[in-house]
Amino acid sequence: MKKILAAILALTSLIVMCACGPKVELTTYAQFKAAAVETEVTVETYVQAKQSWWNDKATIYTQNEEGAYFLYELPCSKEDYDKLTEGTKIRVTGHKAEWAGEVEIIDSKFEILSGSYVAPVTDVTGVLGTDKLIDYMNMKVAFKGMTVEAYDETGAAFAYKDPEGKTDDLYFKVSKDGQTYGFCVEFYLCGKDTDVYKAVEALKVGDKIDLEGFLYWYNGANPHITSVKAAQ
Amino acid sequence: MKKVLPLILVMLVFLPALVSCHGSHGMLEFQMPETFDGSKQYELVFWAKNDTNKIQTKVYTDAIASFQELYPNIKIKLSLYGDYGRIYNDVITNIATGTTPDVCITYPDHIATYMTGENTVVRLDEVFKDEKYGLHGSELKFDSPGFDQIVPQFIEECKIKDGYYAIPYMRSTEACYINKTFVEALGYEIPETLTWDFIWEVSEAALAKNGDGTYKLNGGNVMIPFIYKSTDNMMIQYLKQAGAGYSTSDGEILIFNDQTKEFLQTVAAHSNGAFSTFKISSYPGNFFNAGQCIFAIDSTAGATWIGSKATHLDIPKEDLIEFETVVKMIPQVNPDAPYMISQGPSLCVFNKKDPQRVLAAWLFAQYLLTDTVQITYAETEGYVPVTLKAQETAEYKEYLSRAGEDNDHYYKVKIEASELLLKNRQYTFTTPVFNGSASLRDAAGQLIENTVKSVRRKETVDDAYFVKLYSDVNALYRLDQINTGESVMQKALGKLPKTAVFLLVSLGAVWTLIAAGFIYRVVRKKRAEMREKT
Repeated sequence: MKKILAAILALTSLIVMCACGPKVELTTYAQFKAAAVETEVTVETYVQAKQSWWNDKATIYTQNEEGAYFLYELPCSKEDYDKLTEGTKIRVTGHKAEWAGEVEIIDSKFEILSGSYVAPVTDVTGVLGTDKLIDYMNMKVAFKGMTVEAYDETGAAFAYKDPEGKTDDLYFKVSKDGQTYGFCVEFYLCGKDTDVYKAVEALKVGDKIDLEGFLYWYNGANPHITSVKAAQ
Repeated sequence: MKKVLPLILVMLVFLPALVSCHGSHGMLEFQMPETFDGSKQYELVFWAKNDTNKIQTKVYTDAIASFQELYPNIKIKLSLYGDYGRIYNDVITNIATGTTPDVCITYPDHIATYMTGENTVVRLDEVFKDEKYGLHGSELKFDSPGFDQIVPQFIEECKIKDGYYAIPYMRSTEACYINKTFVEALGYEIPETLTWDFIWEVSEAALAKNGDGTYKLNGGNVMIPFIYKSTDNMMIQYLKQAGAGYSTSDGEILIFNDQTKEFLQTVAAHSNGAFSTFKISSYPGNFFNAGQCIFAIDSTAGATWIGSKATHLDIPKEDLIEFETVVKMIPQVNPDAPYMISQGPSLCVFNKKDPQRVLAAWLFAQYLLTDTVQITYAETEGYVPVTLKAQETAEYKEYLSRAGEDNDHYYKVKIEASELLLKNRQYTFTTPVFNGSASLRDAAGQLIENTVKSVRRKETVDDAYFVKLYSDVNALYRLDQINTGESVMQKALGKLPKTAVFLLVSLGAVWTLIAAGFIYRVVRKKRAEMREKT
């Protein structure tokens, strides 16, 4: 009997010890927003899109049910990068940073967790040009019923950053209710062979379009567009 | 003999395979052909960088068009990159697969790494001197500069180890762009030569706040008085000015010294608001133009983006404020013995199996030194032409004399930035180039970036911190492997496959057997002859 009791006690202790592993204190999105730059944060979030991988560093758009986090140069092997598909749950510990207005997490580390979530697209057309837009920073968003404007004095509907090799971003301008906004097809996110890159190359001034993308920030809103379609 | 023949046959079968596999190792050194074959068609690949400046792209395309008119059998395919790091990375990858571009704009630090592939980059010493196709050669269809007409400092920067492996394309330096209006509002006068002490003092004074938390100087919520774009240059130039170690010419790492630590301690003391970097905060020019920065240190090649009347703008127009911009040499340790970096792109020519193709590439590279290309490209930014020939043309002198006539081609800040280098060329320097010098440069910047971040994150920055910082940065950039470890190229190529190792070992064994057999037969023959004689 003593032996049985001792075995039960040992087993119980083991279970308790396992349950009492290091507790991770997660940062909520509200806490993240309120935190000062350089604060260490730990978030559980889900990969929505991957921008690039280079030199063992990945740049990734992520979002959970509360808000979005842009992970800049996350140390990541190519093997792990390939595992990060849309919806993959990850836990990220890093530092909040702000670069040209873009709030991001840098100097971080991550682990892949079980679970999946693909964020819905939020229509932010109504808050374009208002102070509320910043609340949607880095989220997967949509802009509907936009009109293509001339990008520059040449009257072109878009501009290449590298017109010769097409190895870089595409820029274009769209308007709504008399206000014009600059949008971008980020080359590492959507290269020249993607539908969105080709769709922007086919744009004409005056076209009415619906757009989707990630609400990146660069000295103001600078959405990284992933989809361009004729307005519904 | 019957036994030896199969061995030779085996070797003949395997040797070419061994030679051709695994990248472009073993390419023969380029020899200048007697004449250029104008009947053969060449499509050359040219990798270049543009600074988000459409006019620069046009200079390239115009140069290509006019070159192709002169040499209709040469077609140039241009690929533009956004940064030098990507070019470097792609070249390394393409050396491994034998698909390098023909001509590439790059930095000498990077060329030193490319050179770890045997004869990958064309050595230019003899090429320069070639009577027909060398610099100012008799058979050229354009007026290229002679060797003596290239600015001596700039061509010397292209000397790596024992020879020239590049030609300079453009040169720039760093400038300190100053909001004079702010400096004077704080009660200071800008000295003729800036010192670090002056910048730190004014920067701290600019942090004074109103009761509501806004900055007294600009009335706003944002003020980073001093922002440095390239922290690797910041460290390198400080060490040079202070007479402290950085590296020796053959790659001995000297950067982890007490003066480096002293400088980092100073940086740390001002990282609670007075100082930041491009990597941490963003482009200095953007803060500068918005009246949120007093001292912006950036390349003279970015001068068109700086000032309240800047030609190019990266922030909303409504964020611009009016102020007077002054362009000065970077801050100095000793104003009487100033030092500033010489930087800027160079051109290297990659070796190929067909010497005619290499000659075609060399002709194009050399064409980029002609006056029109040099002047038009230099005028797009605060660059200077690398040839005295171009610098001394009436056209270029007139351009310089018209500073401030408009805010575009004759933008004052841009021309003053070019003049800064033209007038102070004697104070410029470059760092030693060796395989691994690019990593050392990155490490130099990382020391500052880490220190600033640590202060901002309220970490303890003390002696123990710097011991760990040195160790971390040393490990991150593998600086301890620069002389003894495997090269970047070896890493790019990877380990030899087992089959190749087996074949190489077999080959060695076969050669040994052949040699042994040969010696055995010679000895036996000699003995037989001696026996016959006796």
